[in-house]
Amino acid sequence: MNDPHDLGGQIGFGLVNPEAAEPVFHHDWEKRALGLSLCASCLGAWTLDECRHAYEIIPPTDYLRASYYEIWMGGLETLLERHGFVTCQELLTGIPEGTAEPVSCILRPDMVDDMLAAGPTELVISDKPRFSPGDRVVTRKKRPQGHTRLPRYARGKTGFVEAICGSYAFADANAHGKGPSPQWLYTVAFHGSELWGPASSDNIKVSIDAWETYLELARQ
Amino acid sequence: MEARVRALETLLTAKGLVDSAAIDRIVETYETKVGPRNGAAVVARAWSETAFAAWLKTDATAAIASLGFGERRGTRMRAVFNSADVHNVVVCTLCSCYPWAVLGLPPVWYKSPAYRSRVVQDPRSVLAEFGVSLSQETQIRVWDSTAELRYLVIPQPPPGFETMGETELARLVTRDAMIGVGLIGAGDATP
Repeated sequence: MNDPHDLGGQIGFGLVNPEAAEPVFHHDWEKRALGLSLCASCLGAWTLDECRHAYEIIPPTDYLRASYYEIWMGGLETLLERHGFVTCQELLTGIPEGTAEPVSCILRPDMVDDMLAAGPTELVISDKPRFSPGDRVVTRKKRPQGHTRLPRYARGKTGFVEAICGSYAFADANAHGKGPSPQWLYTVAFHGSELWGPASSDNIKVSIDAWETYLELARQ
Repeated sequence: MEARVRALETLLTAKGLVDSAAIDRIVETYETKVGPRNGAAVVARAWSETAFAAWLKTDATAAIASLGFGERRGTRMRAVFNSADVHNVVVCTLCSCYPWAVLGLPPVWYKSPAYRSRVVQDPRSVLAEFGVSLSQETQIRVWDSTAELRYLVIPQPPPGFETMGETELARLVTRDAMIGVGLIGAGDATP
């Protein structure tokens, strides 16, 4: 979707302000928000892609005003309610109504290390990759209706396949409960002038990691 | 926000969905165990051992895991090497993808609209705000983490690194250099 999270190339956000000696957390509630989000994701009801989409549907005026962990909490409440773990009323009052169905996959302290270090989850597919390193490709221009990992600034642009990165669940489908539908993933690099016009004489190259259906071979 | 988060934790704990001790463990992990020192150890090893650097280039996930740092579920690592001609910078314009296992949790500026919006379009001015100025001949290569790959920048080593031990080298490696917004020797060492 063309939502506020898709920030590449937008203007008006001012300078980057690195904070000297930044603490890991700025408030105690951020610690709990991080932990709650990871624990809830271990319930297994939603995928990372659905989780990302839950952040992206926060209204733009709220999203851009929120701190990052505030965005996480907004998304988490959406997901918990959507999947029936809590009701709207419970979120409002904080008081449990009745007991939840027993859940088998509660994250316990002795499972945390493994959860944080589980590593890659590539999914094997039978199709061969359509593209090879060196291929000149054009990215899809269509405006997506739901979640996508093709940023707005890189749509309808010509770039080069640099690497085949394995096959993974297709985020655009997986975010909407349509299953993993794995696809090949490619690193596609663009020259700055292709993305930002001839004024970009900056000697820059930008790459994205693009699923196969984001790409078409460019006309020679 | 404090009250809202506390209320949600109380609610989920009461419903038997969340174990607060697991949250404590997650917080303790990122406050005391997992941070940029992990990445610094990877970089120092890459500077010290050619074979390890080659392994990082071909299979960063396995090479990094061999030092005991495993990424979260779904995540594959990729190491990108700075050279005299190319300087690498990492961003996630769509959210905040970041290599937690080697760098810890991302700093606020990495997640900010200012960084995410500008570094793909005008990386030189963003780098200047971090005190990094590169010649026009140096190509800046920006990696936007749009999928499940997480990037670690391997900075160029400091002069005289050949005679230094890994521990000493690791002390010179900053978090910012491993994101690509710092250079070795340009700032404070990794705490």
